[in-house]
Amino acid sequence: MTFSDIIFYVFAVIAVVPALAILFVQGIVRMAFLLLFSLAGFAGLYLQLGAGFLGFTQVVVYIGGILILFLFGVMLTARIDLPVRERLGPALLVPGIFAGLMILGGVLFLALGTPWLEKVPAPEAHPVAVAPAAETAPPSGLPPAPRVPRRDPETTRIGVKLLGAYVLPFEAVSILLLVAMIGATYIARSRSEEGARE
Amino acid sequence: MTLPVPAAALLAQAPVSADTVGLTHYLVVSALVFGLGILVILTRRNAIAVLMGLELLLNAGGLNFVAFSKFAAPDRVDGQIVTLFVIVIAAAEASLALAITLNIFNNLSTIEIDEASSLKG
Repeated sequence: MTFSDIIFYVFAVIAVVPALAILFVQGIVRMAFLLLFSLAGFAGLYLQLGAGFLGFTQVVVYIGGILILFLFGVMLTARIDLPVRERLGPALLVPGIFAGLMILGGVLFLALGTPWLEKVPAPEAHPVAVAPAAETAPPSGLPPAPRVPRRDPETTRIGVKLLGAYVLPFEAVSILLLVAMIGATYIARSRSEEGARE
Repeated sequence: MTLPVPAAALLAQAPVSADTVGLTHYLVVSALVFGLGILVILTRRNAIAVLMGLELLLNAGGLNFVAFSKFAAPDRVDGQIVTLFVIVIAAAEASLALAITLNIFNNLSTIEIDEASSLKG
């Protein structure tokens, strides 16, 4: 077992164990904090897979954005005068647990039982861009500058592909996000002025 | 089934890495979190808890995309771009769903999902 394997197992435990604890813990705020650890574990797994940009996007958007949104939602909808009922009644709980365990088993069976067609890690994963020779021609009298192979970072390739081959989905998802934000602001607005006007 | 030539050439080489963690390990992590997310959705009564389970599902799907694009796709960037779209759509979904939850709370004074049954016939 290499060092990178140990890192994988650490992040896998950080991702899975809080997700398991979310099932059993009492209280919505505790669930939110356990979800934080699970999302951080996923960010670590993205980094481990070589997707650095995605890992930090996960931290910024999920942990910094969506989780805080959840905590605001908890804050705005909490009722302290009602007893907290965490789970559904037994008529819905028992079929729910049954169906959930069946889905869990089915997905695990698919992941373990399918002979996935893996490739060898591509040697051109980090293509070495050669600097053009014309620009690096030294002026007379100086020794020629050493050729330093420049590594093309993955973020550059994501950006080039996002505005190249994927430009239509990129624009579509931008419009979708804008529409969702405007819609959320409209739906969540206060109704008191409207009632006063009528 | 005939593979295109570059894929066949890639598959012909033996893996040289000493790491034992492969595609299946990531898929198992993703499957476990997916199943736990389904269980959270199906057993919790609070609407925000159900949304948290939904986030677990989306994360599990995104991890699958990244793992497949690293281990089985010709270009490892493609899966990362799809996961970026998944994150953006998750943000849109969370904001809209929380707005709807706030509306349910304003109308019914509760966000327990079995109480919000006005549309049930």
